[in-house]
Amino acid sequence: MALPRYATPAQRAWHYGLRVIVGLVLFYLVAPIIVIIPLSFNARDFFTFTPEMLALDPAGYSLKHYRDFFTNIDWQLPLWNSLKIAPMATLIAVTLGTLAAVGLSQAHMPWKRAIMAILISPMIVPLIISAAGMYFFYSRIGLQGTYWGVVLAHAALGVPFVIITVTATLVGFDRSLTRAAASLGAGPVRTFLKVQMPLIMPGVVAGGLFAFITSFDEVVVVMFMGAAGQKTLPWQMFTGLREQISPTILAAATVLVTVSILLLIALELLRRRNERLRGLSPS
Amino acid sequence: MRIATWMGSAALALLPMTGAALAQEGETLPPCENCADSMVIMSWGGAYQNSQLKAYVEPYVAQTGITVTWDESSNEAVAKLRAAQEAGNMPFDLVDVEGPDAQRACDEGLAVEIDHDEALAPAPDGTPASEDFGEAIVNECFVPQIVFSTTFGYRTDVAEWNGQTPDDICDVFDLETFPGMRSLQRSPKKNLEWALVCDGVPAEEVYDVLSTPEGIDRALAKLDTIRDSVIWWTAGAETPQLLADKEVVMGSTYNGRLFSVIAEQGQPVAMLWDHQVFDYDGWIVPAGLSEERMNRVMHFLRFATDTQRLADQAKYIAYGPARASSQPLVSTHVDLGIEMAPHMPTNPENMTHYIVNSIDWWADNQDEAEARFQNWLAQ
Amino acid sequence: MADMTVDRLPDGRAAPEGTTMLAADGTPLRVSLQRSLRRQKRRAFLLVAPLLAFILVFFALPIADMLFRSVDNHIVPETLPRTVEALAEDPDPVPGEPVFVALYEDLVVAEAYKRHTQLGTRLNYEMGGASSLLRGTGRAIGRIGTDVYADQFVAADPAFADPARWAAWMVDPAIRAALPETTDAYDAWARFTIEADNDDPAEEQPGDMVYAALWRDLAAGAQPPGLPAVDVSGWETPSIRELMIEAESGWGDPGIWSTLRTFSAPYTAGYYLAALDLRLSEDGIAPRPASERIYNALFLRTFVMSLLITGLCILLGYPVAFLLSTLPARTANLLMILVLLPFWTSLLVRTSAWKVLLQQQGVINDILVWAGLVADNARLVMINNQTGTIIAMTHILLPFMILPMYSVMKGIPPAYMRAARSLGANDWTAFWRVYFPQSIPGIGAGSILVFILAIGYYITPELVGGTRGVFISNRIAYHISSSLNWGLAAALGTILLVAVLILYWIYDRLVGIDNVKLGG
Repeated sequence: MALPRYATPAQRAWHYGLRVIVGLVLFYLVAPIIVIIPLSFNARDFFTFTPEMLALDPAGYSLKHYRDFFTNIDWQLPLWNSLKIAPMATLIAVTLGTLAAVGLSQAHMPWKRAIMAILISPMIVPLIISAAGMYFFYSRIGLQGTYWGVVLAHAALGVPFVIITVTATLVGFDRSLTRAAASLGAGPVRTFLKVQMPLIMPGVVAGGLFAFITSFDEVVVVMFMGAAGQKTLPWQMFTGLREQISPTILAAATVLVTVSILLLIALELLRRRNERLRGLSPS
Repeated sequence: MRIATWMGSAALALLPMTGAALAQEGETLPPCENCADSMVIMSWGGAYQNSQLKAYVEPYVAQTGITVTWDESSNEAVAKLRAAQEAGNMPFDLVDVEGPDAQRACDEGLAVEIDHDEALAPAPDGTPASEDFGEAIVNECFVPQIVFSTTFGYRTDVAEWNGQTPDDICDVFDLETFPGMRSLQRSPKKNLEWALVCDGVPAEEVYDVLSTPEGIDRALAKLDTIRDSVIWWTAGAETPQLLADKEVVMGSTYNGRLFSVIAEQGQPVAMLWDHQVFDYDGWIVPAGLSEERMNRVMHFLRFATDTQRLADQAKYIAYGPARASSQPLVSTHVDLGIEMAPHMPTNPENMTHYIVNSIDWWADNQDEAEARFQNWLAQ
Repeated sequence: MADMTVDRLPDGRAAPEGTTMLAADGTPLRVSLQRSLRRQKRRAFLLVAPLLAFILVFFALPIADMLFRSVDNHIVPETLPRTVEALAEDPDPVPGEPVFVALYEDLVVAEAYKRHTQLGTRLNYEMGGASSLLRGTGRAIGRIGTDVYADQFVAADPAFADPARWAAWMVDPAIRAALPETTDAYDAWARFTIEADNDDPAEEQPGDMVYAALWRDLAAGAQPPGLPAVDVSGWETPSIRELMIEAESGWGDPGIWSTLRTFSAPYTAGYYLAALDLRLSEDGIAPRPASERIYNALFLRTFVMSLLITGLCILLGYPVAFLLSTLPARTANLLMILVLLPFWTSLLVRTSAWKVLLQQQGVINDILVWAGLVADNARLVMINNQTGTIIAMTHILLPFMILPMYSVMKGIPPAYMRAARSLGANDWTAFWRVYFPQSIPGIGAGSILVFILAIGYYITPELVGGTRGVFISNRIAYHISSSLNWGLAAALGTILLVAVLILYWIYDRLVGIDNVKLGG
């Protein structure tokens, strides 16, 4: 929407004004995340830019918070816990979620709306309520404070994302493909694996990424559900933020931002591949 | 309500710190039969947990090879124990709590009763543990470790104070002479006592006044006068950080945490010892442990609370050991090499005015005081 | 329909004979179709079933379980079974001896199991001071002076001090029938001796309450066969009512009895009333005293601040979504990454960033001081208050507003605006009358989503909200992990949940949950 040459001053003001406003909003969105990156290289234990940093003096910068993050057991243990919990939760959410999404997209799924509402609800119910309910209930069945307790809870929280992304890819699914496969003699399982699966794969992967990040970032449920042995990275950050504001948090945060950026790139590539496969040009 | 006289001469024996440490060989650990090979210990995190780690957990692990996992949720200890009991699945083997919480846990059957003389090592001179700990054993479930106090630290570089420094607890409530933000614990404990003292109640009568129907209201009304200048903390490490970041000009916390800021980090912070509140901290053993876990815990407890180990702890943090026999052994800080005595809450110069936390009053009235305080805070 | 019978009913095949259409295997077509449809339904359902079962068991059931907690009051009738029963027949403000006898026995048992403190905590939610009363009574209950009964029995005949004799008497049906109160007291004592003290009742002298019960039975004229005959007339028989009131004067106050009467049923609405700043008393529902009224204000604050945050998200999100939807796809996708980056970034990272930025010694204040906008000693307080919560939460929820708006605006054909202009509308009119109404569904979808997420927020208000910028969720968490008032936490949670589910239902009606878009 380039500005035509005959635009009136008012149109001109509107055109640039809008861009300035949007620029400011985008700045508000991104700046806080970006600003912690240089701060994480602060050579001193402060949360502000020191004069040395502003003068771009190399002495003002250091990797010491990263060294702390990557060597201190207080951070490494939670990091490994997160890396142990999130993939398992993702696996459960993706397996069950994909099957269910395929079922839900069938033309003759009974009580579709109600079931969909139930399956999406973990995303909607306030986390503190999910956490409280799970805490009491899992305690009673002996899952509270165990690895599997946290994994199952996180899997439940990740399910809606898998359902949403996979059903989205199935909406545009051309049914004649399954019919063609069936008429060529393929059984339902074979049809699913050979025809449907490659097409919904981007949705499955995207859902998996969402489920992974849900578990990887989740703090409320794990604080209630987990014991010391299941302390995850966000939990350690929460404790650190509330109790001991050590600049190592900023190093941890920067690492997490990097992970987010990588995931975002992965998703963007998936989206493009998906569009290509469906014959839509990414214009 | 009675204010106990200071916890007996035991702790005062700490004064002649010069007493050459009676070098005591760490006794070799007897074998532990039918014992679990791991423990989950609940403690407070931060500098205090570190002193436990260095003074007796690491030495114990080195000798036994067991694994120890820490859970840093002692400020919610009673809640966690209750939840675990309800679940019938006790994830903790040993829990570090303050005296009043030990009383609550013991009253509620969440902790097991301990025969102190049988379970704990006697003093080197053969004095039984129950005598060596003396009044620090506030109830049958409690194995004391340290005497600590909750007190104030303030920044020494506040320009608006025109060179004056707070030396009276009531300066905390004086926003005119000492403007700026304060940090206080998000809990009625200690705050109610200080508020009453600064509302004109003699320290000995604080708990009597709190027991009257309008006592808590009176304390809350006093706190109301500074409410808008307060940041409320929940963990002991917050005040030191807030002071270091200049987010507050004064704040309450445990004296050992302030020691870390002043002596170890060299921040421009000083202590305000006036009307420090004394309290005990120690171990309780949760009810519902299996025999192997129980054996392991008792084996560890005997080691971790012996005379030398409790004295060792004072090398890392400025809290007084709860055993009389440990006190002559307290020497200098492990890294800084400074004498720990002047930094101990029990140093006579620091004890001009003090309050002894009433375990009985708090055990009986915490539910009530907590509800009133939190309602006040939420309004 | 066509897609489901492909392999069974070749297209275009005419019915072979008669009027009924038959499928290839000879069954009538209608039946065959129905069977096929059922099979399809079953297959679809089987695919969904594992996940549905998983969510129901590990997510829905826990929440239902929590709802149950919000009305559960079993602790009172289970800890004080005799008292509750006796109290039902005694209307006096401070009841008489039988109720106190029941209370005495109940509390002896409760103290042995250490349950009296939990009961005290429970009753303290309804009446301040109940916790101290029960803790104090629990400590005193073993020595309130009922030992005179035991002493007099033992003095009358040493057999009464013999555990083995007692054990023998108390299995004799004739004695049990003759001494109902003693039997009840002895059984209760024997049970807790085994269960709580790990002792053998046949080796322990019975507790004082058993002797007191025996005296009551004998004084009532019981003549048990086989028991040593004792003449109880002229004994010293202190009233248990007086002993209890002497031990803890709170029992002489009608308040505790009124509370016990009101909360003696196994289920109660008390927690819900408390969540609404009301209290249940014997005279019905009444408001709580002003100093205890906090929840209505907290719900209101949660609601108003969530609305404010939603409004800010609309204001900030609309221009972004609008511009992005009009830009060429390549530029739009690039800018969209700036929206998606925060969306994908850990909540804790964003909250820590704001904590660092908003502090008084933080980056923003530093910049303001450096620019001379703010004096160094008058730095802005932007954290630990409502400002902090609003700034940080708007930031965190903004992508949830922009994404649905964008996907709706993307679908508005630009031709409409052009048509409006060519028909003489100026830019503003064209936008306001033509474009804006079509973008409302996007605003609606985004707003409900943001609002739903906002009212349930916990982490961010906890970290940057101080005491006045916190939400109802923070209070729920406080009651779960600190005050341990799980019933009230469950009641507050249920109210919040109902509000969220209503919004969820509206969202489903308006937008359809299957139309939720995640990251374009």
